[in-house]
Amino acid sequence: MTMPENKYQTVIGLEVHVQLQTESKLFCGCSAAYGAEPNSNTCPICLGLPGTLPMLNRRALRFALEASRAADCQINQFSKFDRKNYFYPDLPKGYQISQYDLPLGYDGKVTIETEDGGTREIGLTRIHLEEDAGKLIHAGTIGDSTHSYVDYNRGGVPLIEIVSEPDIRSPEEARAYLNALKQMILYLGISDCNMEEGSLRCDANVSLRPRGDSEFGIKTEVKNMNSFRAVERALTYEVKRQKKLLESGRKVVQETRTWDESSQETVSMRGKEEAEDYRYFPEPDLMPLEISDEFIAEIDQSLPELPLEKKERFQEQYNLPAYDAGVLTQSLELARLFEETAKKHDDAKEVSNWLMGEYLRLLKENELEPGQDELSGEKLAELLELIEDGTISSKIAKEVFAETFLSGKSPGKVVEERGLKQISDEDKLARIVAGIVAEHPDVVEDIKGGKDKAIGFLVGQVMQETKGKANPQLANQLIREEIEKH
Amino acid sequence: MKIYEMTLAQLIEARESKKVKPEEILAAYQARTEEVEEKVRSFLDRPRDLTAEYQNSQLNRNSHSSQNNQNDKSTKSSNSGQSNHSNQNNQPNKKTTLTGIPVALKANMATCRLTTSCGSRILENYRTPYQSTVANKITGSGGVIAGKTNMDEFAMGSTTEHSAFQVTRNPWNLNHVPGGSSGGSAAAVAAGEVPCALGSDTGGSIRQPAAFCGVVGLKPTYGVVSRYGLAAFASSLDQIGPLTRRVEDAAIMLNIISGADPLDSTSARIDYPDYTARLEQDISGMTFGLPASYLEMDIDGEIKDQVLQVAEKLKEAGAEVREITLPPADLALAAYYIIATAEASSNLARYDGVQYGVRQSGKNVLEMFVNTRSSSFGPEVKRRIMLGTFALSSGYQDELYKQALKVRTLIKEKYEKVFTEVDIILGPNSPTPAFKIGEDMDPLDVYYTDIFTVPVNISGFPALSLPSGFSTEGLPLSVQLIGPAFGEVELLQAASGLEKRLDVPTLAALEGGR
Repeated sequence: MTMPENKYQTVIGLEVHVQLQTESKLFCGCSAAYGAEPNSNTCPICLGLPGTLPMLNRRALRFALEASRAADCQINQFSKFDRKNYFYPDLPKGYQISQYDLPLGYDGKVTIETEDGGTREIGLTRIHLEEDAGKLIHAGTIGDSTHSYVDYNRGGVPLIEIVSEPDIRSPEEARAYLNALKQMILYLGISDCNMEEGSLRCDANVSLRPRGDSEFGIKTEVKNMNSFRAVERALTYEVKRQKKLLESGRKVVQETRTWDESSQETVSMRGKEEAEDYRYFPEPDLMPLEISDEFIAEIDQSLPELPLEKKERFQEQYNLPAYDAGVLTQSLELARLFEETAKKHDDAKEVSNWLMGEYLRLLKENELEPGQDELSGEKLAELLELIEDGTISSKIAKEVFAETFLSGKSPGKVVEERGLKQISDEDKLARIVAGIVAEHPDVVEDIKGGKDKAIGFLVGQVMQETKGKANPQLANQLIREEIEKH
Repeated sequence: MKIYEMTLAQLIEARESKKVKPEEILAAYQARTEEVEEKVRSFLDRPRDLTAEYQNSQLNRNSHSSQNNQNDKSTKSSNSGQSNHSNQNNQPNKKTTLTGIPVALKANMATCRLTTSCGSRILENYRTPYQSTVANKITGSGGVIAGKTNMDEFAMGSTTEHSAFQVTRNPWNLNHVPGGSSGGSAAAVAAGEVPCALGSDTGGSIRQPAAFCGVVGLKPTYGVVSRYGLAAFASSLDQIGPLTRRVEDAAIMLNIISGADPLDSTSARIDYPDYTARLEQDISGMTFGLPASYLEMDIDGEIKDQVLQVAEKLKEAGAEVREITLPPADLALAAYYIIATAEASSNLARYDGVQYGVRQSGKNVLEMFVNTRSSSFGPEVKRRIMLGTFALSSGYQDELYKQALKVRTLIKEKYEKVFTEVDIILGPNSPTPAFKIGEDMDPLDVYYTDIFTVPVNISGFPALSLPSGFSTEGLPLSVQLIGPAFGEVELLQAASGLEKRLDVPTLAALEGGR
C-alpha cells in the first residue's frame, strides 16, 4: 500500500465453479460420486445418446438456490436453461446445458475480512446452475501423446458457477474471498469444496488501471490454478507482469493465460480472436423454471446461521475476542464443538483457549479436519471440570486431552487408568516436601538469603518426585512452611 | 378380404372375435412385405421373422408379468421408470390392443433390437442400448415392431431421397416419391406392409408423406407423445404421430402412444382422453375455417379444387364453413427455417465420431471432428447445420433467431384467436401431389412446399392429413385439418365424419408396377 511505485490499482474478478454434492447427476439418475471406475457412472442420458432427454434434479436446483440466498442474491423467479455450444470430446452432446441470460441468482455479495480487521463486501454478479463435462486422460506425455481416453463419470454432475463483480483489489483479497465463499458453502453443506478432486475450481480476470481512473484496463483471464495458494501466487505474478508492461509503456493484450505451477508463471493460452462463439439459445428439452415466493421463503427459512453471523454472535454471547470468534467459526464442526462445550462449562474463554491451542495443534499433527477426531463437547467440559476442581493440573490435562482426542475415552477414565490424580493430600505431600528440603540445604540457604526464585527449583523437584501429580500451589505452600521450620 | 387389406380396427376386431390369430396376422404381413418390399423399399431394417418376434415377446411378457422391469441402464437413468397408464382407465384394453399387430417405426426412434440410423451414414448400423418411450408403448401393448422405415437423413427433407441408403417409392406410382421425411412409414402403410406406422413431424414430415401416399397422418399437439428416444431434429417442433389407413386407426394408435412421460420434461401433464370417443359423432354443427388467401397462393389446381370440394361436402353434412384469415404463411415458413435449423445445428453436434457411429480419423481431435462430419453427413444436413449455426451466431442471432421466436409467438396468438371462432381449420397439405423421383429442385423451392404444414409445428397445434381423392394422374390428393391445442378428440371427430363422406381407398394394389 505504501510502495511509491504503486500508481496502479489492481482489479480482479473471480469465476468459481462448485460441484454440488447431490446423490445423482443434474439431468439423470447416475451417481455423482467422485472416484468410481472410469465410465461406470454413466447412462444413455449423460452420454448424450441420440434421442435421450434431460430431467432436472430438483435437489440440485434447491442447493443452487440455497447458495444464491446465502450470498444475498436476488432470484430470477422466471429462469431457464440454455445450451452452450462447442465441440470437445469430453462434451458428449456437443453442448453444455447451462444458464445464460436468466441465472438463478443475481446481485449478491460475499463479505470478506480485510487485513486491518475490517470487512469489505465483494459483489456477486450471478450464480447459475449447469452441468459438468467429462474428463480427458491423455496417453503418454503431453508432447508425444497419440490418443486420449474419455471418462464421462463427471459429465452431468451439477455445478454452480459463482461470478464476482470486479471488486477484488489484491491477490490477498482474492484468497480471502475464496476462503469466505468456501466457508459459506461448507456451512450450507452443498459441496465439499475439495480443490484437488475438482469440486471447487477458480478462474480469474485481472486488470490494472491508473489509481483514480473509473474505466477498467485491459484484462487477462487466468486459468488452471489448483489451490487457493496457487490463485494468490498466479494473481501476484500476473499483477506484476501487467505492471511491468504498463510501466514500460507497452500494452496488456486481452487473452487467456494459464498458470504453470512448475515455472510459477502465467503463460499465454489463446488470444481474443480465438475466443469461441458459444451460440447460446434456450434449451428446448427443459421447461422454464418458475420459482415461487413460497419456495424462496422456505429456502430462506432453512438456511443455517452463516459464518459471519455466527462469529458476531460468539463475540456477543460468549464475550469472546473477535480473533477467537473468527477462528472458532472457521469450520462448522469447530463452532459446534465450542458451543457444546460452552453449554456445560461457564468459562467460554477457557474453552476457546483449549480449542484454539491444543485441539487445533493435534488436528494439524494428525492431519485431521474438525469432526474427524474423538473429542466431544461433553468430554472437553469434563476435562475442564477436572482442572477446575483440582483433580489434575493443567499440565497433566494436556496429556489427558491428547488421549481423549485420539481414543475418545472420557477424561475421568483416563485420569483413573493412568493414575494421574493430583496429590492434594497435605500429609502425604508434606512428607515428600520434608524429604526434598532436607536433601537441598544449600537451596534452602539461598532462599533464606532472599533468593525467593530458588523456591521454583524445589517445587520442580517435588513435581519430579510425584511425576507431576502434586498440586503445585499446595507444594509451594508446604515448602515455605517446611523452610520456616529450619 | 385378405388380412393385409384390413384396417387396424378390423384386425383388432377379427382377433378379438377369434377369427384370426396373432400369428396369422403377422405371417400375412410378413408375406405381403416380402412380396412388395423390393418395389417400395420402405424399410432400412426389419426382423427376419415377425412371428418369432411375437412369440419371444409373449414369453418375456409372461415371465415378467408385464411389469416394467428392465434393470438396464435405461431404467437406471429414470427416477420413476416408464410412465404407465393405470390412471387412464377410459382407454380400454390398452395392454393388449396391439397384440399380434405389426407396427413400423421411423428409423429415428430408438429400439434395442433394430438399427436406429436416422437415414444417415454417420449412424450406419447403430443400435441404441435403450428403447424409446413409443417403442416401449407399442411392445407394451402387445405390438410387434415390424421394422425401421426409411427417411430423409435426420428427418431433413420432403422426398425421402435424402436417405443415405435407399430410395423409397410411392406405392401408388413407383416413379414418384413417397414424400418425406417419414416417407418409409407412409409407403409401408399404403403398400399394406403394416397396418400402421409411426412417423415424426417437425415441419410436415408426417402429414406431407401421408398426403403423397394417400394415407391418414396425424401430428398430435406438441407434448402429447413423448419424444424420449426420438433422435432430435428440432426439439421444440418435433412430434411423433401415427400413419394409418383410417382415422379410427389413428385414434387407436394415439390412445397407445400418448401420455405424460417422466423421461420427457416437455411432455404434456394433462388428463389424456379416449381419442376414439367421438369418432361416431357427426360433424353437423361444427364450424370449419377456410383460409381463402392460402388458396390464392402458388398451389396446384387440383389440390385447390379438392379443398373447395371438401368444403362443399362439409356444408352438405350440416357443418358451417367460414372464411378466415391466417397469419401470412411465408412468415411462418421463414421463422420455421430459422428455428428448426438453429436447433438442428445444436442437436446434431453430438455426431462427432467420439463415442458411437462412424469415425474418420485425423491428425488431431479437430481434424477428426471435421473429417467425420464432412464425410458422413449428406448435403441437405450440412446445409441446415450451416444455416442454423449462422442463425445463432453472435451478431446475427438478434435479427434471425430472436426475431423468429417473436414471429412464432405472434403466429401462435393469431391461431389461438382463430380458434375462438372456428372448431377446425380446413386447408391444403402440400401445394402439389407427389414429385417425380430424381426431380431436380432448388432447395428453396423444396422448402416452399412446407408452407402449409409448418405453421402448425410453429404453434404446436394438432393437424391431420386426410386422403380426399386422386389426381388425373392417379396420385393421391388430400386435405389438412387443424385443431386447437389438445383438441385431438374434435379433430379426429371431424376427420372421421369427413372420411365417411369421401370414402377414398387407402391401400395401393401394387400390381403390374415395377
